[in-house]
Amino acid sequence: MKLHDPLTRYVVRLGDDALIMGHRLSEWMSRAPFLEEDIALSNVALDFVGRARLFYQYAADLMGGEVTENTFAYQRDVRDFTNLLLCELPRGDFAFTLCRQFLYDAYSLPFTQALCKSADSQLAAIAAKAEKESRYHLRRSRDWMLRLGDGTAESHERCQDALDQLWIYTDEMFECDALLDGLIAAGIAVNTEGLRSEWLDTVTETLHAATLVIPEAQGNVTGGREGIHTDDLGFLLAEMQFMQRAYPGLQW
Amino acid sequence: MKDRMSLVGNEQKFQSRVDAEEKVEPKDWMPEKYRQNLIRQISQHAHSEVIGEQPEGNWISRAPTLERKAILMAKVQDEAGHGLYLYAAAETLGITRDELIDRLHTGASKYASIFNYPSLTWADIGAIGWLVDSAAIVNQVSLQNTSYGPYARAMVKICKEESFHQRQGYNIMMTLMQGAELQREMAQDALNRWWWPSLMMFGPHDAESAHSAQSMKWKIKRRSNDELRQQFVDQAVQQAQAIGLAVPDPDLVWNEQREHYDFGAIDWEEFQRVVSGNGPCNRQRLAHHVSAHKEGAWVREAMAAYEAKRRAVPAEVA
Repeated sequence: MKLHDPLTRYVVRLGDDALIMGHRLSEWMSRAPFLEEDIALSNVALDFVGRARLFYQYAADLMGGEVTENTFAYQRDVRDFTNLLLCELPRGDFAFTLCRQFLYDAYSLPFTQALCKSADSQLAAIAAKAEKESRYHLRRSRDWMLRLGDGTAESHERCQDALDQLWIYTDEMFECDALLDGLIAAGIAVNTEGLRSEWLDTVTETLHAATLVIPEAQGNVTGGREGIHTDDLGFLLAEMQFMQRAYPGLQW
Repeated sequence: MKDRMSLVGNEQKFQSRVDAEEKVEPKDWMPEKYRQNLIRQISQHAHSEVIGEQPEGNWISRAPTLERKAILMAKVQDEAGHGLYLYAAAETLGITRDELIDRLHTGASKYASIFNYPSLTWADIGAIGWLVDSAAIVNQVSLQNTSYGPYARAMVKICKEESFHQRQGYNIMMTLMQGAELQREMAQDALNRWWWPSLMMFGPHDAESAHSAQSMKWKIKRRSNDELRQQFVDQAVQQAQAIGLAVPDPDLVWNEQREHYDFGAIDWEEFQRVVSGNGPCNRQRLAHHVSAHKEGAWVREAMAAYEAKRRAVPAEVA
């Protein structure tokens, strides 16, 4: 499925980030360290899946015809998905999931705040809802960074390991490409490069408070926006798309 | 002798309060067996909600549409929430959640046996929501009047959510029955597999139920297993017929005289086999819970250590 219209591509990109993040979080259901976290993690997962639906529904409206929100989720292959690599990494242990979440939430809050000012009123409306969620998500994932970083020696080590693993994927959040350049100029897209310093301030402050250290620069891995993913996304899609692939064209 | 007399007096007073439909509250005097019986029942109920996350949670990652995915996530999340209220209700009886989980892991405490069956197809998510949640509602509506206050109040809240769950399950079945031939077959197959285990959810016949008589007297239970099962059958049969599903029971027939459905014999050997640990998924369900709990130990320790440090800080400053 090839998308050409820049706005549609942008909206689907945002939907992909949200869907894949929500899917990964939902994998914790019945596996969290205690019952309250089953509930909390699925709450956040639901926010992301809900956000994905809003973006995809908007993209479907833009495209018209037979396309629905489900077309984007279930009928595209790995090369068509344009989510950040950070979102698709397997959930790992609880420290990995919460560190990923924190690094993303610290980006997602200023991102949704900026998107509220988009010249595209539909995007601004979705962002207004998402911004409230992101504010809560960040508070929650920051609290977990403190507990895990400044908890026991084991939790500290797991948390630092997770950060070291994840750091190389964070640069992709701020990447600008030709698609973004055009939409930024039109006042529609968020200039992600401009979010970098706020993100780094939040991360630095929190990691310091959590007795954790910022990982050393290791270069960066990108490609998600062009559909160049890790091997893991294919397996995620195989599972997620099973019903629509096995029984195409039916109503469920 | 005097202690014994005051115990008898307390028990009589307790029974007359129960008979007068007064609610028993956590700080009230209660017979030790009443307390133990309630802990058994409430914790079994809590564990059922929590273990029940598994067969349904298995389909969150595979739900066929985004809407179904979001609804199922919300539903399973509710079940976890029910588990939480119920653990809290059990804790008012002087037992901790750790002890309750330990009893689940050692097998001393049970959960609803129906969750030992696998959820093989998407239609199973429909069947579970429709039948298992219907059965739960029938049982729990009666428990809204149970004699123990915290349990009764938890039931009021839980029943509201369960009726939403039941509707989502039935809606899945209805959608399948309005779909293609293979979808109707999928729905029928799911009903065939979940029907009898759903009837078994109400427990043994009244004559054979180990805890029933005393529980009824104490008004922990308000209606008998067989009465509740009959109510479930009467409503589920009509719901099945309304969407063109056939209930897999050749002996099922409307009895004009009783104004209820007569239904076939339940296979109690299968019930016993599954309850005693040899259902298709007993080992996986328990192992899953044990492993998640063990894997989470370091997180719980970290949280406790962090809280302890925070509490210690003001003291050091002073």
